[in-house]
Amino acid sequence: MTIDKIRVRVDAIEQVAPLIREFQLVPVDGELMPFSPGSHVIVEMPDQPRSHRNAYSLLSEPRDAACYRIAVRLQEHSRGGSRFMHEQVKVGDELAITPPANLFAPNWGARKHLLIAGGVGITPFMSYLPALQRVGAGFELHYLFRSKQTGAYRQQLASELGERCYLYDADEGIRCDLGELLGDQPRGTHIYICGPQTLIAGVQEVAQALGWPTSHIHFEAFAAPQPGYPFEVELNSSGRTLAVDGDTSLLEALEDAGIAVPSLCRGGVCGQCKTRVVAGEPDHRDQFLTADERAEGNCIMPCVSRAAGKRLVLDL
Amino acid sequence: MRMSPKPIQSFRGDFTYSNSPGAIARFPFPFPEDEYMYSVNIEPHVTPGPEGSVFEFLFDIDEHYLSEMHERDLVLKENPKRCLAMPHMDQACWDLIERAMTSLSTDYPQHFTLQREGDSWTWENKLLNLKDSFTFGDSSTLPLPPMEYIGRQLQGDIALLDQRDGDLFLDAGIVTCPADWSLAFDAGMSFKEWHGPVPMAHGMGIFDRALKYLCAIPQGRPVRRLNWTLTINARMDTSPETYSEWGADRLSVTPENVADKVHLRVELQVLDRMSRSNALMFSIRTYLISLRDLSTNPEWAKRMHRVMKDLKPELIEYKGLTRYHPMVVEWLSQFDPAN
Ligand code: HEM
Ligand code: FES
Repeated sequence: MTIDKIRVRVDAIEQVAPLIREFQLVPVDGELMPFSPGSHVIVEMPDQPRSHRNAYSLLSEPRDAACYRIAVRLQEHSRGGSRFMHEQVKVGDELAITPPANLFAPNWGARKHLLIAGGVGITPFMSYLPALQRVGAGFELHYLFRSKQTGAYRQQLASELGERCYLYDADEGIRCDLGELLGDQPRGTHIYICGPQTLIAGVQEVAQALGWPTSHIHFEAFAAPQPGYPFEVELNSSGRTLAVDGDTSLLEALEDAGIAVPSLCRGGVCGQCKTRVVAGEPDHRDQFLTADERAEGNCIMPCVSRAAGKRLVLDL
Repeated sequence: MRMSPKPIQSFRGDFTYSNSPGAIARFPFPFPEDEYMYSVNIEPHVTPGPEGSVFEFLFDIDEHYLSEMHERDLVLKENPKRCLAMPHMDQACWDLIERAMTSLSTDYPQHFTLQREGDSWTWENKLLNLKDSFTFGDSSTLPLPPMEYIGRQLQGDIALLDQRDGDLFLDAGIVTCPADWSLAFDAGMSFKEWHGPVPMAHGMGIFDRALKYLCAIPQGRPVRRLNWTLTINARMDTSPETYSEWGADRLSVTPENVADKVHLRVELQVLDRMSRSNALMFSIRTYLISLRDLSTNPEWAKRMHRVMKDLKPELIEYKGLTRYHPMVVEWLSQFDPAN
């Protein structure tokens, strides 16, 4: 059976660091599925005026399908998702999540796995660790955090992993020397980074200077389809105007209004839904149009792309 | 119409394979337009699909089940290398076992049952008279290696792709009815490597876009596409390994026998994400129909004529149709008088 969304109930909430809360999610009915290390789910949050869809790594044991755990850091300038999770969500609430997807899986062929976590970026590694230990893989965890804000699970990790766990608390003035760390690794080591963009860029820079092959450096890059802002679309033939709200795709809005647009992949790659734009500027989010076609600005893939402004006129 | 398996027919030698009217009616005719060219023709495989159609479930079991399982046994006995699984794919094979057994027992409870108590599983396949108890995840408790064990119970070929660094690698599979490619040869290759011989599509960016899409498929959201070629006689195993047995068949086509010899071969390919391993399952379910049976649907025959008439020379050559393509077009033209 195709699984579109999974309804889960918040079973427990725990403050695991000053700015990080952990949520335990159990299925409302049926079962959750086991997942692979590094997987994430997208949590849908029904907020006003627009809802949020944020991707969070699963930090539970991947073989345990009884309960999923996620950890959410309160972001100062968040678009609202993390604030909603921290301030609105209570034990017993129901949420919708997507089935797990994985864009950050370990490379099982690696001779050694070097895990570098920054702050809440520890989360995907929480599901790596049981799997790495199960297969007896060589690994080290280097965990950078500020104990006044983050640093979740560090005592537990230190006691479970012993000398394979290295903690760097910037609030205690303890820094990680990336040059020394990367310079010291055996050939065939793979590096995994999850954390702020500055950390990812920092590791990449040092790795490049040391001549690491880019195929051995992995970082978490979520590809969650992000909702956008509401806009209006006018149909050129009839002059009819439709409202597209923030978490409906343009394609869905057209379909809801009974306008048949051919589609296949609904993910911006197949080219089926290509539609001519008569006026307005598209916000292109597809993989299909060429750079030239984008520059011309007269077509759009409505399954993923939206309006850059308040209004689009389509040749429909 | 729901299909129930019929007694064993052959895909070699005397070729007793035949399609019932019900099987013809549900044949996955692959041409939505009068012209055919490669495209990223991937779409969500939403199940349950239309009742009785080949799209109803994750795995389609039809009237040819026993014949195809018998043919698979013949091929594997001749050449055990048609099934392989690299050691790091063990977990993916077990993911496939779980996905196959849970779907089949839910979708076809009259044929398959599964009992699970923790890791102690009992599986019954009434069509093949099998009943096995085993410990989930422990390959030593199965009568065969996991890939072969489940592969011998599924219609269609299966590949399991390992996903690493934004690419897919052909690291396990059971392939006994391929349209002229070899699992042993392609084993370990990446998505663009094994697609190397395909003409035109690389330059059109098709494989770049498809790969990106495939890598992002989450659990629970399988996708599908159709691929097609033509095959002489109802031969399932058109592999490079056995080329000497079927290559010359192309020379046997005449204007008199073209309608019965030439078969449209359609592959329903379903891609589904495996749970624990993050591998991608690629199932290739092959349907064969003679031109004569196909022409019982005049719309299909007319469209097929148009597609064949304008097929790009590169595709005619790559699909190996050169020898007999003109005879196919000529025979089909009777269904498309305007052209
Ligand atoms: C990931 C799973 C896939 C596997 C294992 C696979 C495998 C293959 C193989 C072995 C061939 C034959 C190449 C040869 O001549 O040796 C082939 C052909 C081809 N594949 Fe795939 N493929 C996959 C997915 C896709 C997808 C998603 C597309 C989407 C565009 C695609 C498009 C094609 C095309 C257009 C051909 C040429 C077919 C023909 O003209 O008969 N494949 N594929
Ligand atoms: S439906 Fe495939 S690109 Fe829009």
